Amino acid sequence: MSTAIKETQKLIEEVLEAYPEKTRKERARHLAANDPTGECGSLCQVKSNVKSRPGVMTIRGCAYAGSKGVVWGPVKDVVHISHGPVGCGQYSWWSRRNYYNGITGIDSFVTMHITSDFQEKDIVFGGDKKLEQLCREIKELFPLTKGISIQCECPVGLIGDDIESVARKMTKELGIPVIPVRCEGFRGVSQSLGHHIANDSIRDHVIGKGEMEKSTPYDVNLIGDYNIGGDAWASRKILEEMGLRVITQWTGDATLNELKIASKAKLNLIHCYRSMNYICRHMEEVYGIPWVEYNFFGPTKIYESIRKIASYFDDYIKEKAEKVIEKYKPMMDRVIEEYRPRLEGKTVMLYVGGLRPRHVIGAYEDLGMEVIATGYEFGHNDDYKRTYPELKEGALIYDDATPYELEEFTKRMKPDLVGSGIKEKYAYHKMGVPFRQMHSWDYSGPYHGFDGFPVFARDMDMTVNNPTWNLIRRRKIW
Amino acid sequence: MRQIAIYGKGGIGKSTTTQNTVAALAEAGYKCMIVGCDPKADATRLILHKKAQATVMDLAREKGSVEDLELGEVLLEGFKGIRCVESGGPEPGVGCAGRGVITAINFLEENGAYDADLNFVFYDVLGDVVCGGFAMPIREGKAKEIYIVTSGEMMAIYAANNIARGILKYAQSGGVRLGGLICNSRKVDREYELISEFAKRLNTQMIHFIPRDNQVQRAELRRMTVIEYSPEHPLADEYRALAKKIAENTNLVIPTPLNMDELEQLLMEFGILDS
Repeated sequence: MSTAIKETQKLIEEVLEAYPEKTRKERARHLAANDPTGECGSLCQVKSNVKSRPGVMTIRGCAYAGSKGVVWGPVKDVVHISHGPVGCGQYSWWSRRNYYNGITGIDSFVTMHITSDFQEKDIVFGGDKKLEQLCREIKELFPLTKGISIQCECPVGLIGDDIESVARKMTKELGIPVIPVRCEGFRGVSQSLGHHIANDSIRDHVIGKGEMEKSTPYDVNLIGDYNIGGDAWASRKILEEMGLRVITQWTGDATLNELKIASKAKLNLIHCYRSMNYICRHMEEVYGIPWVEYNFFGPTKIYESIRKIASYFDDYIKEKAEKVIEKYKPMMDRVIEEYRPRLEGKTVMLYVGGLRPRHVIGAYEDLGMEVIATGYEFGHNDDYKRTYPELKEGALIYDDATPYELEEFTKRMKPDLVGSGIKEKYAYHKMGVPFRQMHSWDYSGPYHGFDGFPVFARDMDMTVNNPTWNLIRRRKIW
Repeated sequence: MRQIAIYGKGGIGKSTTTQNTVAALAEAGYKCMIVGCDPKADATRLILHKKAQATVMDLAREKGSVEDLELGEVLLEGFKGIRCVESGGPEPGVGCAGRGVITAINFLEENGAYDADLNFVFYDVLGDVVCGGFAMPIREGKAKEIYIVTSGEMMAIYAANNIARGILKYAQSGGVRLGGLICNSRKVDREYELISEFAKRLNTQMIHFIPRDNQVQRAELRRMTVIEYSPEHPLADEYRALAKKIAENTNLVIPTPLNMDELEQLLMEFGILDS
């Protein structure tokens, strides 16, 4: 075993010492020193997708967050009902910055918040009648809505409301699909199950139900991009310049019709594997559509991905792909030239969800930065398997990390930049550690594609090299 | 004020027994209140002489929320000044009846239904302790004693044993006690002996054995208790005897529910189950 791995293992042991024995034993399995070769075996692999330990804070969300917040929420011409008491809808209201084109309240509804606002009597007598009324009111208020999704909150599952039969009845009565989604928050161990449930509801109620006038050999779906800060638009631009026809954005800036016709594509391109692999596997099984993972963060990965995607097509696309790279490379080189000297050698600690703990590593490396620690809130084994080779030997990997662990690791590893979520942001600000909110790009973006990389580079520079950090009276953490 | 909860298998005669017992207590001069904790809302019809009274949850639904209700709208007086309230709840198959019970009892407490001059409050609770809502009457600060209505039939005994398990849980956390079994006879062979023995195994007593008598049905048809309809009938005296025993009962225990094997063994001893 290498010294790098041993050192990281020692670090993990030190941090774990504060826990009582049972917690220590359990948490130890979620923390590991990276071994890209895989020779170190299970010792260098983390356990994932299991219940969080009571008593230690977790940063995870719930199944409702996974369905309403991630998968369904960005579908713009569907009204999404937060079905249950008002809190879940209120606190998940337009929080992910999924950009969209359209006129809000007329044909697009992403930033709106619609809830059945359960009262005590709805719990006692059931909420089905209210739900029917709500569906009718939605159709009346927003006649251009293409559908309605019912996002279940916990109480709906507890009292056993039959939302499926309401959905069937309303689909018939209103003439638009009303889609029941059983994403009650208590289901599963994190938001991850919500992604799965949401995809299953699209599978059962939407996909394959649309007609597309004309097909081309270059029809692709852009899957697992939520258009945060305009990410999907930046990605779509590259694909279109390659000569491909993007028939579906799944689900950033998506329409219901796009989801319906997705089954007509020739290839599924998947960015966020964690939240969307389910639907890709389904389309592969039922419609025979192959799928390929790609990464549009940072030029190195973008070039690699463009060539990988092009390899599924003919010479026409392959040639155009090279031309795209040729066209943008000078621009990317200039970005690197400008920012790399200011960021070279800086270290990064990440703790995010979905695809980012591994997908952004390349973008940082393009800027000369090194990701020394990373982890997933709700990743599964297959996510971690894809992560080990991307990191250096001895890098720290944590699964479902607790605030205590993150703080302690930060103190000991002294990264120049930490990237995580809104709940972590202010704790790090108080510690005086440069921090980027890497869920919604800290109100910036896009970070995907050629449009995104200059923004990414600028943001990292202005965070790491911001003189403000030296003005903060830092707690002496190192 | 003594608060008492009546539990037992569905259809065993909880509501009939409760109303007749309360009528007997009222006749003896006690001030009583019955709180029906069942969405069917049939716990007070013999006292009020009507089909069904307006329930807390029905009115709450009509008016929008339980905060909009006045106590006088749901608290009615019947035979001998017995106060009656029904929690009400959803139609079968929807919503959460347990939450309805919780909401209704909270409403009664907040609005002063539990008058200091009351001697007895009886909670007539739906069948089994199926969820937290139906345990509401026996949580802290409410009913401290429970009577289980049963008969010598196997399923009634199973249910009674299961209820004893619920009581055991709340006995440890909240101080509720079992006051005894009320045997509402179905004329099963050796019923008296079986229930006496079962009560002993549960660490309690068979507080009274009510013989089967169609006078109950005759009175019920007229929406009355036996006490009111035919005060001279021997069955009325049985209810008076039960009421007196409850009023004087000091034998309140933590039950010792049987496990499945023990229960089946007991039923076999009394010839209900074939071995």
